[in-house]
Amino acid sequence: MPLIETVDLCQKYDRRDILKNINLRVERGEVFALIGPTGAGKTTLLRLLDLLEMPTSGKIYFDGRDATESKKVRFQMRRRMAFVTQKPMVFNLSIYDNIAYGLKWRGEKKGAIQTKVNGILEMIDLSAYQNRNARTLSGGEAQRVAIARAIVTEPEVLLLDEPTANLDPLSAAKVEELITGIIHQYRTTVVMATHDMSQGQRLAKRIGVLINGEIIQAGDPREVFTSPQSREVAEFVGVDNILDGVIVSQEGGMVAVKIGGNKKVEAISDYLAGEEVYLCIRPEEITLTLSETTSSARNLFIGQITRVVSAGPLSRIELDCGFRLVVLVTRRSAEELGLEKGKQVYATFKATGVHILRSN
Amino acid sequence: MSEIWQGLVKAVELIVTLDPEVMEIAGRSLVISVTATLLATIICLPLGSLIHFNRFIGKRTLINLIQTFYSIPTVVVGLLVFILFSRIGPFGVFNLMFTPTIMVIGQVILISPILLGLVITAFSGVDKAIPETAHSLGASDFQTVTLVLKEARFAVIAAVLLAFGRAISEVGLALMVGGNIKGFTRVFTTAISLETSKGDIELSIALGIILILIALIINIALNRLQQR
Repeated sequence: MPLIETVDLCQKYDRRDILKNINLRVERGEVFALIGPTGAGKTTLLRLLDLLEMPTSGKIYFDGRDATESKKVRFQMRRRMAFVTQKPMVFNLSIYDNIAYGLKWRGEKKGAIQTKVNGILEMIDLSAYQNRNARTLSGGEAQRVAIARAIVTEPEVLLLDEPTANLDPLSAAKVEELITGIIHQYRTTVVMATHDMSQGQRLAKRIGVLINGEIIQAGDPREVFTSPQSREVAEFVGVDNILDGVIVSQEGGMVAVKIGGNKKVEAISDYLAGEEVYLCIRPEEITLTLSETTSSARNLFIGQITRVVSAGPLSRIELDCGFRLVVLVTRRSAEELGLEKGKQVYATFKATGVHILRSN
Repeated sequence: MSEIWQGLVKAVELIVTLDPEVMEIAGRSLVISVTATLLATIICLPLGSLIHFNRFIGKRTLINLIQTFYSIPTVVVGLLVFILFSRIGPFGVFNLMFTPTIMVIGQVILISPILLGLVITAFSGVDKAIPETAHSLGASDFQTVTLVLKEARFAVIAAVLLAFGRAISEVGLALMVGGNIKGFTRVFTTAISLETSKGDIELSIALGIILILIALIINIALNRLQQR
């Protein structure tokens, strides 16, 4: 029995569809990440799971029980969960009291509260400031207090909404480290929303892609990233190269696909000749060289660099090979190869580096 | 000019020597107004949270109405209480006219709108995410209201002090329903008004100084609160 299950969950605000037929199952102990662009409905879904609002239609089952049943049931179930929002909302009280409140509300004894809160304070590294008003904390510290406040109640489910979205990289890393620690130490079931795909991949065992209020694909993170099941997912998970084409031949699982500019790409697929498809090629699957080298890669194209953009340790190279191709290389190799606008290069990628999807 | 100076000196003397009459009037004024403020607070805090935390038709209108009564003239409240509690009124049987009790009732009616309105404003000043966060952390409805009250504590205390200030400084109501009976319902304001008209300005100034001192203390307390 899954710990959380939703059946045909729909939510509308002012007749506008926010969530459409969400069927989600989260097992006990699982870490599940909802990824999707801003405005996709991630927060609404988390709020529904925390039973803070009621769905327009559909059911939410928590530990096998229908949570939409009554207010009392929702209250009891909410006490078994904890929710950390994107913008950390701390109470105008001391850090200690902020963390202690969830326990006080559950009627725990003073001594027990003290032991638990002190333990958590050490974990979030804020013991020395426990008497300071929480409103004076920085964003990252406040988020750590918010997480501590949630986890101190030992929830069965921890819901995290973009826990690092508003933080600087250093604070974000600290918060993420804290979450990783919690996942390992408490074995809590976690449902988190993030628009940061790599964060989803780092923390979760399973991810669901939520776009326009629908979960379009769910599964193992690697699978979602390498084999997106639709164009939207592909675009969202960072597949920069999505090429339309038609299969011209298929032999033993190897297909040739005719794409724009009268070029052919070889890939692995069972689709038959004549099928209209689109190809997804992740930019990091493509290798650039200055001369035509021998390689086992089945696809080789000659192209001219149209744009070079450096992004931190990586460089994003755009090529015109008769069709547009985006390639990610390390900044270092871009410098070594002298990649710049107008230069001619060879782009190679393996047949297995191409993911094929049928056009709708 | 010298008369005023003499009055001032005498007034200070009355205060410093803890003149029985001055102390008695001051004590009674404080007891009546503090009681009225406490009663109004006991009524307005739950009522204010009820109005703030529930959605209902006419909520906006109700709040507007409450705010309209912020500046209701004290004599109008006096008139209302008079009509209700005089012998011919519906509550005449209680025989409360010209007693400290009726003064407390009158002051409760007088300050409740401003206290209620300011309590609602204080609640509204609390971030909407606070009650939601409390709910998500497992607070019951009552526990959530208590937390919001705690978040709004400074604004609520300021509202209570302001209401107390209005209660202790009003004169029309105290005169109309209290009757300014010496040793029974005479308070700061009624005493000042009577003694001044009698030409006994020393007592008036002494009482006035104490009243201003009380106002000063309230003001300092308010300022301290707002700085937090």
